[in-house]
Amino acid sequence: MILKRLLTVIPTLIGVVIVTFLLTRVLPGDPAVYFAGPAATPQSIAEIRKSLGLDRSLPDQFARYVNDLAHGNFGNSLSTGRPVATEISSRLPASAELTLSGLLLAIVIAVPLGIFAAVKQGSFIDHLCRIIATAGVSLPVFFTGLLLVYIFYFKLGWSPAPIGRLDAFATAPPDITGFYLIDSLITGNFESFRASLSQLILPAVTLAVFSLAPITRMTRASMLAVLASEFIRTARASGLNGRTVILTYAFRNAMLPVVTTLGMVFSFLLGANVLVEKVFAWPGIGSYAVEALLQSDFAPVQGFVLTMAVLYVALNLLIDMLYGVIDPRVRLEA
Amino acid sequence: MTEASLTAPPMTEAQPKPPTNSIFRHAVYVVADNPVTGLSFGLFVLIALCALFGPYIVPYDPLASDTSATLQSPSLHHWFGTDLLGRDIFSRVLAATRLDFTIAIASVALVLVMGGLAGIAAGFFGGWTDRIVGRVSDTIMAFPLFVLAMGIVAALGNTVTNIVIATAIINFPLYVRVARAEANVRREAGFVQAARLSGNGDIRILLVHILPNIMPIMMVQISLTMGYAILNAAGLSFIGLGVKPPTPEWGIMVAEGATNIISGEWWVAFFPGGALMIAVFCFNLLGDGLRDLVDPQRRT
Repeated sequence: MILKRLLTVIPTLIGVVIVTFLLTRVLPGDPAVYFAGPAATPQSIAEIRKSLGLDRSLPDQFARYVNDLAHGNFGNSLSTGRPVATEISSRLPASAELTLSGLLLAIVIAVPLGIFAAVKQGSFIDHLCRIIATAGVSLPVFFTGLLLVYIFYFKLGWSPAPIGRLDAFATAPPDITGFYLIDSLITGNFESFRASLSQLILPAVTLAVFSLAPITRMTRASMLAVLASEFIRTARASGLNGRTVILTYAFRNAMLPVVTTLGMVFSFLLGANVLVEKVFAWPGIGSYAVEALLQSDFAPVQGFVLTMAVLYVALNLLIDMLYGVIDPRVRLEA
Repeated sequence: MTEASLTAPPMTEAQPKPPTNSIFRHAVYVVADNPVTGLSFGLFVLIALCALFGPYIVPYDPLASDTSATLQSPSLHHWFGTDLLGRDIFSRVLAATRLDFTIAIASVALVLVMGGLAGIAAGFFGGWTDRIVGRVSDTIMAFPLFVLAMGIVAALGNTVTNIVIATAIINFPLYVRVARAEANVRREAGFVQAARLSGNGDIRILLVHILPNIMPIMMVQISLTMGYAILNAAGLSFIGLGVKPPTPEWGIMVAEGATNIISGEWWVAFFPGGALMIAVFCFNLLGDGLRDLVDPQRRT
């Protein structure tokens, strides 16, 4: 079954590669003129065109692009001259740590909140839940982030300045997983753990607030549907206590749609990540892409879009597999 | 023909009244049950009025800088304070409504035409049309949507028009899905078969008979995605894409105020961000309310 699901990823990946290729090549504007800069002579443009392989046919260019990708070559950044692939892989852990902490935080808050709202339907908590859910998706992430910075950095002074993963005085832990929190714990460096945690909290909360809404909504809706079903009535009639009915019987069945929603939440999160990284000067791949975008440096942007898409496809694959773990019926059907 | 024209007038006379009345009554019922929807509708009217008349009623020129009054906190003269160049933030927020609103409406209208037509064609014809449209929207969905929008704007060029196009493209799969499902259900419906029997071609059936029938559901989809469209456009301009600096626009104004937040001048970013938040909040609530009205079963 896993193999079968893996095969369905292939056409998606092909589509992703084609789109990222098309983004530069087919659209209006001559990349060679673009790469040569404003002070280019026709001669230098022709030279760049040749060195970029733009004088060849489109299918030929595409083959070269795919070949480069297969060798892990994402091209070089125009402004720094460094290869995009190394830059992205060195910055990826920062983004991953931020996104995953945000998601984890959101799940920890949203799932109990959704369950509570469903169990006490129509109550004050339920209405509060609806307001939070709608307000959460309405808040622009960059705005939430700035508000949090104002309150917790400027007003209360509880959190450090939003200047990246560590403040100027702390040293980075040795690079094992690339996740500062984990690395500092492994090496027993609690000073650095505290420093990186205090930098991480605000951006992670910002992302969590954003992804809270869809998870709460879906948990509530699917808990409501499950609680109305017959096996719950039977369980209740058999005299099981409310806790067992809700957590063991209802929740496990209600989890499936919630896990499906996580796919959509990830799409939002990976996008919101870019904005949050800009607000908190987080040295992840999002801020790398934004910097490149503003300098019209296309190779990093292309590499970034491709990386994000591949990550997202992989995450969706993971979610599908999780589905089979939660619900054995899915395995049987396949 | 004569029979039809004989029976038709009483029908058209009798019919409009009960439905409008019952829809109206249903609307009143829904609003009474959920006053938030009523409030959001009021807000929507207010935002639309700001978009229409905002630039004419601003107390100051949104572009005029005043070096003698930079970074002033909110006061009676400057309700929302002034920014780094001494521009009145209240005027800028008000004037920006039109641009943000226009971007959202233009992108939603564009995707309604693209996604709606592609979707009903896919649902109606099935086969290859369905497969191609499905493949295209699957490929779009394979990207994190905001990231794809960034890529599109970067490739097409850094203009407001391209923000509209990018926002439309990332919403494309949502519209296709709804339109496809609705068209598919109606493909073999009685009125479609009747239309086919009377000699209508496929395209004509699609546009004249099916399209009007799925419009209510598409309207709900519009109001549900409108908030996301505004949020997306503001996000793109926050990272420096699309709108160029002196132009008042909520996203770029928050970006301009971001540096002032750390030194305590909260109002520069707060008011445009707040306006953006209220607008998105209003569209989302309105979308939910409209969906409850048209399609009560999908309520969550």
